[in-house]
Amino acid sequence: MNQTIAISAQNVIKAFGQGDHAVRALDDVSLDIRKGEFFTLLGPSGCGKTTLLRLIAGFEMPSGGTILLDGADITTLPPNKRPVNTVFQSYALFPHLTVAQNVAFGLEMLGKSKSEVTARVAEMLALVKLEPLAHRKTSQLSGGQQQRVALARALAPQPKVLLLDEPLSALDLKLRKEMQIELKRLQTETGITFVFVTHDQEEALTMSDRIGVMSAGHLQQVGSPKEIYTRPKNRFVASFIGETNFLGATRDPMGYRLDCGIVVQAPAAQADRVTLTIRPEQLRLVPEAEGDIPAKITNLVYFGTDTHCHMSLPDGTEVTARLQSPSDGESGLQIGQGIGLRFVPGALQVLEE
Amino acid sequence: MAKDVTHLPGFTTISMTVFAALYLPIVILVVYSFNSGEDLAHWEGIGLQWFTKAWANDQVKDATIRSLWLAAVAAVISTAVATMAALGTTRRGRFKGQTFIYVMINQPLMVPEIVTAVALLIFFAWFKVNLGYQGMGYLVLAHSAFCIPFAYLPIRARLESMDLTLETAAADLYATPWATFRRVTLPLLLPGILAGMMLAFVTSLDDVVITVFVKSAGQDTLPTYMLGQIRRQVSTEVYAISTMLLGLTVVLLVVFMALTRKKD
Ligand SMILES: Nc1ncnc2c1ncn2[C@@H]1O[C@H](COP(=O)(O)OP(=O)(O)OP(=O)(O)O)[C@@H](O)[C@H]1O
Ligand SMILES: [Mg+2]
Repeated sequence: MNQTIAISAQNVIKAFGQGDHAVRALDDVSLDIRKGEFFTLLGPSGCGKTTLLRLIAGFEMPSGGTILLDGADITTLPPNKRPVNTVFQSYALFPHLTVAQNVAFGLEMLGKSKSEVTARVAEMLALVKLEPLAHRKTSQLSGGQQQRVALARALAPQPKVLLLDEPLSALDLKLRKEMQIELKRLQTETGITFVFVTHDQEEALTMSDRIGVMSAGHLQQVGSPKEIYTRPKNRFVASFIGETNFLGATRDPMGYRLDCGIVVQAPAAQADRVTLTIRPEQLRLVPEAEGDIPAKITNLVYFGTDTHCHMSLPDGTEVTARLQSPSDGESGLQIGQGIGLRFVPGALQVLEE
Repeated sequence: MAKDVTHLPGFTTISMTVFAALYLPIVILVVYSFNSGEDLAHWEGIGLQWFTKAWANDQVKDATIRSLWLAAVAAVISTAVATMAALGTTRRGRFKGQTFIYVMINQPLMVPEIVTAVALLIFFAWFKVNLGYQGMGYLVLAHSAFCIPFAYLPIRARLESMDLTLETAAADLYATPWATFRRVTLPLLLPGILAGMMLAFVTSLDDVVITVFVKSAGQDTLPTYMLGQIRRQVSTEVYAISTMLLGLTVVLLVVFMALTRKKD
């Protein structure tokens, strides 16, 4: 077994309900999460992110497949026997215990000595900057503070893997940005493998070493934020992460013939009929005569630093380009105007259908 | 603004009448228990003679001790059983016969008490004859049984309002199922358990019908003693005892409300 893999899910299936009413929350998911990485599970609501996390934590048993931790099979191990801790979305702090007692809980259950528990609790409270609140009841804390307690409590027993289920979704935007940085710092400082669940693509892109994009119980693509963004594997990934343009095309001896009749270059694929994708910021606008493709501006939307230019191609396909707004605010573009489009070289991607 | 039921004509009159019907007799009882005269219907001034008389009466003392002792034992037993029943009906998935179990647990609330009393009379008579045992065991068993639903309801309510993720979190933090129960479930359940125990205690303390049918000679509880007294002649002593019982119940009720109101 590869020693750099922390969690390995192999052909994992999870079905809820029975017979005709059965729902496959996870359908044959295989995934390797590396030691020490910040791994994010990203996908729309109901795609099975929480279910996968609960299987790793041991709160549910899979209907099929195996889960390995550091190469050992943990598929049927109860949660209290797994060196894996969870930060719950609702924090799930014990209301009858103080902040320090909450953080100490896991250590005490592991049978650590009193002096060791005290030292480690102090260390964890310092790590999340909560020393002054050690003896408060958790109900007297703000949302952000509760979040920190939940983190300290889960990190205290030094788990091999920390699972975080949308831990930031209950926080307001400003606090959320702060906690994103905080989480990243904690992960780097502790070196613990983080498996983070979110449906916020921006959060996933900025925080993760690698991202697993999920949809409807399937893992669609796994890769670094850059790979996922610049080389999406299929239409779902391309449209879920960021905005993008889709162009229908047919294989041609010279490359691909777009539906508007123009031939372009893109990485080779198997199928004759394909969809090409290009990000709005990878489209360049030039005078009509100099462009690769002629287009007509249908709308201009001003976003401050950016301006979105909506255009239609000769065959009616709608595309959007993102342009930096000029410093004087005057782009010189007008709705209804004809314009030339150019693709940034190498930016066109071919999608598997 | 929509008018709610409190704005309907006559609402105030009706509610006042209902409250008067509920509380006026109790107020009169309490006032007359401090009557210094012999006559029940005649106010002759404030005095504590009926309290001291009741206190000096060995039969009253005997019945009081028996009542308190019985209520305490029945409350402890029924609360223990009710706690287990509540855990069994809330801390696992739905199972076959769940509704049936629920009905069974709450049977004493639904079956007329007199029916249970007669059934117990016949049932225990068999044991009394065949075993020769005449002790308090029968009363303890009977009281424990009919107190179960009173203990069960607040405990179950508390369990149902408890966040299940707390127990999941405990398991996640290496707590065995037993440690999870002892360190998380039980402390959070404690207010419910105490509330249940108090309700069971008051219910047992107050019972007449089942006690009368089940008790052997010389096993009078406070209520059955008072009933016996009143049959002979209504005495102000009974007023005094009632006032004391009322005082105890009020104290217990206040504690009960304090326990159930504060959520965490
Ligand atoms: N205990 C359960 N019983 C039945 N169906 C369930 C159960 N848990 C999850 N599901 C179903 O499994 C699917 C995946 O659920 P899951 O909670 O993993 O989604 P998610 O990706 O975490 O979504 P969200 O972003 O909304 O939290 C959903 O269709 C859900 O309805
Ligand atoms: Mg979820």
